[in-house]
Amino acid sequence: MYDLIIIGGGPAGLAAAKAAWNNGLKNVLIVERNWELGGILNQCIHNGFGLHHFKEELTGPEYAARYIEEVKATGVQVRLDTMVLDIHKALPETDDAGLSGQDDLPIYEVAMAGKECGYVCEKTKSIVLAMGCRERPRGGVVIPGTRPAGVFTAGAAQRYVNIDGYMPGKRVVILGSGDIGLIMARRMTLEGAKVLACVELMPYSSGLNRNIVQCLNDYDIPLYLSHTVTEIRGEKRVEQVVVNEVGPDRKPIPGTEMIFDCDTLLLSVGLIPENELTKDAGIEIDRRTKGAYVYENMETSLPGIFACGNVCHVHDLVDFVSDESERAGESAAAYVLSAGKGEAADCIETKNMDGATYIVPQKIRPANVDKFVKLFFRVGRIFPKADIVITSAGEEVARYHKKFLAPGEMQNIVLTKDQLQKCKGELQLTVEEKVEEKEVRA
Amino acid sequence: MDAFDVIVIGCGVSGAAIAYELSQYDLKVAVLEKENDIATGATKANSGIMHAGFDPHPGTLMAKLNVRGSALAREVCRKLDVPYKECGAMVVAFSEEEKQILERLYQQGVENGVQNQEIITGEEARNLEPNLSEAVKWVLLENDSAIVSPWELALALAETAVKNGVQLFLNREVIGLKEEGSWQIETKIAEGALLPQGDTKETVFTAKTVINAAGLFAGQLRDLVLPHTFKTRPKRGQYYLLDKSEGTRVSRTIFQAPTGRGKGVLVSPTVHGNLIVGPNSEDVIGNDTATSWEGLDKVSESAKKSVPSIDLSQNIRNFSGVRARTDEDDFILERHGSYIDVAGICSPGLSSALGIGEYVRELLEAWNAESHLLNMQKKENVITERKKIRFKELSPEEKQALIQKDPAYAHVVCRCETITEGEIRDALHSPIPPVSLDGIKRRTGTGMGRCQGGFCGPQIARILAEELGISETEILQEGTGSELLVSEMAEKERLSKAPEGGAR
Repeated sequence: MYDLIIIGGGPAGLAAAKAAWNNGLKNVLIVERNWELGGILNQCIHNGFGLHHFKEELTGPEYAARYIEEVKATGVQVRLDTMVLDIHKALPETDDAGLSGQDDLPIYEVAMAGKECGYVCEKTKSIVLAMGCRERPRGGVVIPGTRPAGVFTAGAAQRYVNIDGYMPGKRVVILGSGDIGLIMARRMTLEGAKVLACVELMPYSSGLNRNIVQCLNDYDIPLYLSHTVTEIRGEKRVEQVVVNEVGPDRKPIPGTEMIFDCDTLLLSVGLIPENELTKDAGIEIDRRTKGAYVYENMETSLPGIFACGNVCHVHDLVDFVSDESERAGESAAAYVLSAGKGEAADCIETKNMDGATYIVPQKIRPANVDKFVKLFFRVGRIFPKADIVITSAGEEVARYHKKFLAPGEMQNIVLTKDQLQKCKGELQLTVEEKVEEKEVRA
Repeated sequence: MDAFDVIVIGCGVSGAAIAYELSQYDLKVAVLEKENDIATGATKANSGIMHAGFDPHPGTLMAKLNVRGSALAREVCRKLDVPYKECGAMVVAFSEEEKQILERLYQQGVENGVQNQEIITGEEARNLEPNLSEAVKWVLLENDSAIVSPWELALALAETAVKNGVQLFLNREVIGLKEEGSWQIETKIAEGALLPQGDTKETVFTAKTVINAAGLFAGQLRDLVLPHTFKTRPKRGQYYLLDKSEGTRVSRTIFQAPTGRGKGVLVSPTVHGNLIVGPNSEDVIGNDTATSWEGLDKVSESAKKSVPSIDLSQNIRNFSGVRARTDEDDFILERHGSYIDVAGICSPGLSSALGIGEYVRELLEAWNAESHLLNMQKKENVITERKKIRFKELSPEEKQALIQKDPAYAHVVCRCETITEGEIRDALHSPIPPVSLDGIKRRTGTGMGRCQGGFCGPQIARILAEELGISETEILQEGTGSELLVSEMAEKERLSKAPEGGAR
């Protein structure tokens, strides 16, 4: 029986594995569906990774390689080309002996299929879910028109270019200003394609500001905010796309049509945590994050099953994925080694109020918090200046002054144990807009 | 090439059903299809319902063949391993006036030979389908209709026909058709078409009889032969296909009481576990399968009337299909000497397909009774069964055994639908091997899930290129000219030419 099975060998899974090993778990298995570790980082050949975590600028493969080396130096086992099909609790009668031998922690079975291992069901005391996310496809945003070749999600195009060595198109329009779309605008341009426009439905980009500057502005690629693609034309291959301005209700405004002659439409319209295994296992999912509800230690609603990285909530920086996943790995180790002791009864639920769209973790057990807990959240619109206010039972617990909050950039605040102990039952996070003083005078 | 006894033009579900039926007789049969795969017209883009048969007017061919075809499908789908599920249906009425429509349908059902139907109250219906709108007053409940994978039915029929000796010629667009003692059929192969291995490249065919099953193009084909008697009036229907998370919103097909503009928008589970919502009905010119805001809005608005809680944000694909309606109210199944029209096969064409196959065979028998030019004896040994490996449906023990036999089944390529490399390779070695990503999708289900091929597309492109012995830049999404990739990257070319190598 394994101490821990980690599902996914991308940045989240690697960091969790490293931390679990360093915190004393010796029987750890990573199951990865691809033929190599590293996940989507392998196709992210641009730089900009690691500024927070390693304090230097790395490419995606370099960032992955650092973790792969570290994991290889441990005794963590890895199964490549292996797909997890199902997670379930072991039946009590399948004794060795239905229990982990320590108290009465549940034992889980992980069914998987792989060229090396065939179809097997492995038993484990704990699980880290690190399956990452997938891109929202064309159907997810409803673009009328024909259905020709030449419509790709940005990540699929990135794979064709950076891994397989093929150009998916020559004249490109990009819908959505998510980070992958922005990165691909530059990448396609560098490879000789003409990127005609990047079109964003919202009045702001969902990507990082630095990517807008470095990937669009530096290459004179126009960004059309409050616009969307309203029609795809072309029978066999994309021939044109029609772009309209949208009103405040985000509906296309008739008469604002712009027609682009292009052979390719790239979609960068959102990422969705890949939680089919999670749902099938009966783990509670948060509608806001589309990931599992997690406690302060990244544990899900099933004891001993943890979630981290983009499967839990979509991040914009891998550095934060690594940090979060190391915490999940540590927590899994603590769970297995303490045999689930330290179960805390008291629990505070975190709740996003005005201005915020979600918070992770959704639940905090103060007794399990050592010195502080970090709350990760996103804002619902642009705030040039705002206060993040934490309240509980009508009392203000903490206040943080922030500048330039945008939905595309995940925020975090730190709550100390003292502050946490002032909270009762529920903790509320509100984003209070502050007007610049200059403007007040004017 | 020797003359064929029968040439079927067009391989949608009707052509496939005709080929399947005739493949059981001592006949030399060919099927000509203008696209690079079968079932790429209306067959791949419809609701996937085997209707019970209360809709068509009693006494019509539609009524007769719908009931007959649906009955045959039950058996054929089982034997040929086609995804098929008897789920029943409801027709909902929102007022007492609409209840009269239900009563008329019920009466038609009785006359057409539909069993297992009754009219129940909205309340009773909501006990069976809790997500049905509170506004539903009356429901015609019927337990005989089924859902089916339409393209898989066509593929199963055509593959079995091929196994029984029918010759299928893909990429053959008929451009000339005339009778000079026997039928001379001239075809054109599209420039750049990817021909299957072993294709003889011939373009001129001779046959004793011709069956026009050209779907939307049946009218044009007929105009080459006989004076104009019907006019094709294509009707387009647009759809939403929702993620499996919405797949259990209803457990039966939910129709609305028809109001003269077709059967109205339905909400139905699919055999693949998704929820299908549509179609609207609009006039179009030719094979225009685009979708539009107006059309999709109409569909969503109408569907929410029956099932208000549908979550359309779970949409994974929109599509539309064009039904080959004509200005006549019935199917046109007519023999003129040794030529047979199979035209106007709009809804319930899928339900009727196997009935159409039988009917066409009877028309041929009638001609043969006059001419004695065919040997219409039933063959002694015919294949009527087919079995497909679907990894995800196997038990753990079966999965284990299968992987031991061939590790390609352990490689899950399509993660959303759990489709393995083994199944993709099976498809590529099937009697009608696919040449495009969509061809593989129709046979295996790859790319049909929530990521719509974002992850597995590149992998499948590589397997396809390898099996067909072509470059990945030649890989097609669907038809000829739908190349997925435009070029190999300069860097890759340079690396592959470097003497020390460096490319993978």
